[in-house]
Amino acid sequence: MAVRNNRLSAEEYERQFSDIHPPFETHDAALVEANRCLYCYDAPCTKSCPTSINVPKFIKQITTENLKGAAHTILTANIMGGGCSKVCPVEKLCEGACVYNLMEEEPIHIARLQRYATERAIAEKWPLFTRKPSTGKRVAVVGAGPSGLSCAHVLAAEGIDVTVYEKESKGGGLMTYGIAAYKVTPEFCEAEVNFITSIGGIDIQYNKELGKDITIDQLLSAYDAVYLAFGVGLTRQLAIPGEELHGVTDAISFIYDIRNSGYPSVPVGDKVAVIGMGMTAIDAATQARRLGASEVTLVYRRTQQEMPCTEAELDIAKLDGCKIIWLAAPKEIKGENGQVTALVCEVMKLEDPGYGRPAPVPTGETFSLYVDMVIKATGQMPYERMVNCYALDNTQGKLSINNSHTSKPGVFAGGDCVNGGKEVVDAVQAGKDGAKAILQYLFKD
Amino acid sequence: MADISADFLGIKSPNPFWLASAPPTDKKVNVLRAFEAGWGGVVWKTLGSQIKNVSSRYSSVDYHGSRMMGFNNIELISDRPLDLNLKEIRECVRLFPDRAMIVSLMADNNRESWHELIKQVEDTGAHGLELNFGCPHGMTERGMGAAVGQDPEIARMVVEWVMEAATIPVITKLTPNVHSVVPTGRAAVQAGSDALSLINTIQSVTGVNLDTFVPNPNVGGQSTFGGYCGPAVKPIALKMLTTISQDPVTSRVPVSGIGGITTWKDAVEFMLLGATTLQVCTAAMKYGFRIIEDMCEGLNNWMDEKGFKTINDFIGKSVPTLTHWEELDINYHIVANINQEKCIHCGLCYISCEDGSHQAINLSYGNPYNTYAIKEDECVGCNLCKLVCPVDNCITMVEQRKGPEYLNWKEFQRRGLPLNDH
Ligand SMILES: Cc1cc2nc3c(=O)[nH]c(=O)nc-3n(C[C@H](O)[C@H](O)[C@H](O)COP(=O)(O)OP(=O)(O)OC[C@H]3O[C@@H](n4cnc5c(N)ncnc54)[C@H](O)[C@@H]3O)c2cc1C
Ligand SMILES: Cc1cc2nc3c(=O)[nH]c(=O)nc-3n(C[C@H](O)[C@H](O)[C@H](O)COP(=O)(O)O)c2cc1C
Ligand code: SF4
Ligand code: SF4
Repeated sequence: MAVRNNRLSAEEYERQFSDIHPPFETHDAALVEANRCLYCYDAPCTKSCPTSINVPKFIKQITTENLKGAAHTILTANIMGGGCSKVCPVEKLCEGACVYNLMEEEPIHIARLQRYATERAIAEKWPLFTRKPSTGKRVAVVGAGPSGLSCAHVLAAEGIDVTVYEKESKGGGLMTYGIAAYKVTPEFCEAEVNFITSIGGIDIQYNKELGKDITIDQLLSAYDAVYLAFGVGLTRQLAIPGEELHGVTDAISFIYDIRNSGYPSVPVGDKVAVIGMGMTAIDAATQARRLGASEVTLVYRRTQQEMPCTEAELDIAKLDGCKIIWLAAPKEIKGENGQVTALVCEVMKLEDPGYGRPAPVPTGETFSLYVDMVIKATGQMPYERMVNCYALDNTQGKLSINNSHTSKPGVFAGGDCVNGGKEVVDAVQAGKDGAKAILQYLFKD
Repeated sequence: MADISADFLGIKSPNPFWLASAPPTDKKVNVLRAFEAGWGGVVWKTLGSQIKNVSSRYSSVDYHGSRMMGFNNIELISDRPLDLNLKEIRECVRLFPDRAMIVSLMADNNRESWHELIKQVEDTGAHGLELNFGCPHGMTERGMGAAVGQDPEIARMVVEWVMEAATIPVITKLTPNVHSVVPTGRAAVQAGSDALSLINTIQSVTGVNLDTFVPNPNVGGQSTFGGYCGPAVKPIALKMLTTISQDPVTSRVPVSGIGGITTWKDAVEFMLLGATTLQVCTAAMKYGFRIIEDMCEGLNNWMDEKGFKTINDFIGKSVPTLTHWEELDINYHIVANINQEKCIHCGLCYISCEDGSHQAINLSYGNPYNTYAIKEDECVGCNLCKLVCPVDNCITMVEQRKGPEYLNWKEFQRRGLPLNDH
C-alpha cells in the first residue's frame, strides 16, 4: 500500500480519461437527433438554461444546415456554450426539462447537439462576433474563469477595452484547472479561451494576482470600472486529528494536478477515501479510480436524498466502481510514520431540526476504513480574508451584490465568488449580467 | 381471413397490388422477383419506339430527416429493344399465370403504329393493355405521352385506334398535368376504353442546388422538368381519383389508383375513393419489393376488423361523402379540448393558433412548463392545434352544434342569416 504515481501505461491513461460524452460522429447522426426536436414554443429547455440559450432555434438551425447560425445562437447567449456542452449537468437543466421526459421518452440530446454546433466554430475559429469601435472606456476584470471571460466578451463587443488579471498562467478558471479531465481537455479549454478573446479588445495579463501584484484601488484609479470574478479558493478544513498526515490532500489541488501536470505524474493511493458527495467529490473519486487506485470509497454525512451531486454524477462514480458509505462522518485520520493508514468514521443518523434539511447527528458508533489516501472534498472556502481586507460587503466571504454592483462604487462581481460555487453556466450568466450593469454604469447619462 | 383478391375486367390477381409501369417492371429479372415477393400484378414498363435516356435521371425532396418524400424523374419509356421486352413478357406470363400482366404502350402517333404494337403485345399472352397518355417529359415533344392526355380529342382518337385492334382489356392512364382529368377520362371511356388508371407523374422542379445553381436532377449543368411522384403526390392523386369516381361517364369503368401509395393504409384510401386495383412505383423503388408483405397483411387485418369479406365490399364507399362546399352543414361546430393529463407543454398548439389561426388558446406562464387551455368562445374548430400536437389524442375536437338542424350555405343565404361571426 502506498501513494504513488505512474500506476498505468500511457494507453491505459489515455483510455481512462477519454471523453465521457462522445460527440456525434457524422452530420447524419446529428440530424437524426436534431430532427427529433419538437421545436417547442417558449421552450422549457431554454427556460431551464441559466443563460437562456434558444435551444429549439439552434437545433432547427442544425437541421437546415445553418451550422454557423446554430453556433451563433448558442454563443450569443453563452460564450462558453462549447465548454458548457461538455460540462453542464444537463440532466438537471435543459435536458431535464425536455418535454420528451413527460412522454417517458429519451430527452433530446441537447448537449451533444450543442457540442456539434460549437465544436467546429471553435476549432475553425469562425468569426461570429464583431466588436464595435472602441469607446475609449476601460474595464479591469479579475479572474479569467467563465465569469470573467463572459463579462469581458460582452464588454469588448460593446467597444470597451478590457484587461483581465489572472493569477494562473492559463485562462478558463476551474474549467481549465478544476473540472474532471474526462469532460474537457486542456487543448479544448485553451482553444475556447482563444476563441473568446479573438473578438479583440481583451488583453489577458497572466500571473498577475489581485492582493499580491495589484490592488483594487490601483485598478479603480487606472480603469473606469472593475469586475471581480476570482471564484472560490481552497477546500474547507475538516478540523479533525491527522489532517496533516502524508496522504491527506484536498480535492481541488488533486484535480488541479491532474489537469495541470499530466496523468502519470499525479500520485494516488491504492485505497482511497473521498470525503463529501458534491460534484467535486465525485470528480476526485472517479479520477482517483481512473489514475489506478484499486479501491475508492466516498464517505458522506447524510443520505442519497440530500446529496448535492446529481443522480447522473453518482452513476458515473458507481460505474467507475467507487463505493459509497452514507451516514458516515470523518472523526480522525490515523497514520504510521507520518503516512495515512486509516480513516475513522462515526456513524450518523438524520434528525429533523424543525427547519431546513435534516441534520446528521452522531450515533456514537464508529468504524475504520483502512486507506492510504484521504481526499477532502467538503466544499470550497471563499476568499474571506481578501474581500474583508478590501472592505467589500460579504457573507462568509461570498461577495454581496446588488444588480452585480458590490458595496464599492465602480466594483462589480459575479460567479463563484458571489454564489459560493455553482456551475460554469451560472458563472457565464453572472458575467453577462455584470457586463450589462457595468455598461449602464459607464453610460448612465 | 378476408379475400383480398382482385378481379379487374376479368383480369384476376391474388391481391389488388400491382407494380406501376416504371423501372421495377422493365425486365424479366425484376418482374419475376416481384412475383416471388408476392405482387399481384405488374404493368410492364411502357413500350414504344426506341428512345435514349440521359444521366442523371432522378431527384427527390427530403422532409424533416425523411428521404424521398417526393420523387422526380426525367426518364423516358423503355430503352430496351422491343423484341427482348416481348420475349420476357411472354416468359413471365408463362411462369406466373396467376398474376396480372398488363403492358403499357405508347406508340407513335398514327393508327398503324398502334395497331402493330398491340398485335405484337397481345401475342405474348399479356392480360391487358395500359395506354400511357401521361409521361410529362421527353415524349410530349414528339406528340406522345402527356401531349395526348392533355387534349381530350387526340386522346379520343388514339383510344378509338386502339379499340379497333385490341382484343384484351384496355386501361387508359391519365396525366395529372391538366386542370381536370375528367375531360380526357370521359373521352377515353366514350371511345371505348375499358378502364382508367391515374395518376401519372406531375411536372415539377424538385429543387435547385445552392452551390451549382443548377436545378435537380443535374444533367451536365442543365436540368429539365421531371415527373413528380411518391408520398407527396398522394393527396392530389386522391382528389383526381374522386373526380373520376363521381363523374357519371368515367365512373362507369373500373379504376386502377396510382400516386404515392406506400402502405396498405394509402391503398385502402384509394379503394374507398373508387380504385379497384392499386399501382405502386416510388415505394418499391425506395424499399424494394418486400413492402408487399405488410401491404397484404395490413389490408387483410383491416378488412377482418371492419367485417369486409371482399374488396368489393368497400370500394368507393367514401365517394358519396365528398360533396360540394355549399352542401356542408354550417351548424356543425366543434371546439378543441386539451387533455391536461396527456399534455407535454410543448406550446406548439398555442403558437400555431396564436400566429396562424384564431388566438383561441390561453397561455398560463409556468417555469419551466406553461399550461395551455382552449378559449372555447374563440375556437372556430379549425383542427390546426390538433394537427400540430405531438401527442396522440391529446387534443380532441368536441362537437358543440350551433343549431340542431342541418343547415347548408344555400339555405343559410336564403334565410339571410348573419355573416362574420368572427
Ligand atoms: C472539482 C470541480 C468540478 C467541477 N465540475 C463542474 C462541472 O462538471 N460542470 C460545471 O458546470 N461546473 C463544475 N464546477 C464548477 C465550475 O467550475 C465553477 O462554477 C466555475 O468555474 C465558476 O467560474 P468563475 O469564473 O466564477 O470562477 P473560476 O472558474 O474559479 O475562475 C476564477 C479565476 O480567477 C482566478 N483568480 C483567483 N483569485 C485571483 C486573484 N486574487 N487574482 C487574479 N486571479 C485570481 C483563478 O485562477 C481563476 O482563473 C466544478 C468545480 C470544481 C471545483
Ligand atoms: C423512374 C420512373 C419511370 C416511370 N416510367 C413510366 C413509364 O414508362 N410509363 C408510365 O406509364 N409511367 C411511368 N412512371 C410513372 C409511374 O408509373 C407512376 O404513375 C407514378 O410514379 C406515380 O406512382 P408512385 O407515386 O407510386 O411512384 C414512371 C415513374 C418513375 C418514378
Ligand atoms: S381548433 Fe383552431 S381555432 Fe380552435 S383552438 Fe385549435 S387552432 Fe385554435
Ligand atoms: S400541442 Fe399538445 S402537448 Fe403541446 S402544449 Fe398543446 S396540447 Fe400540450
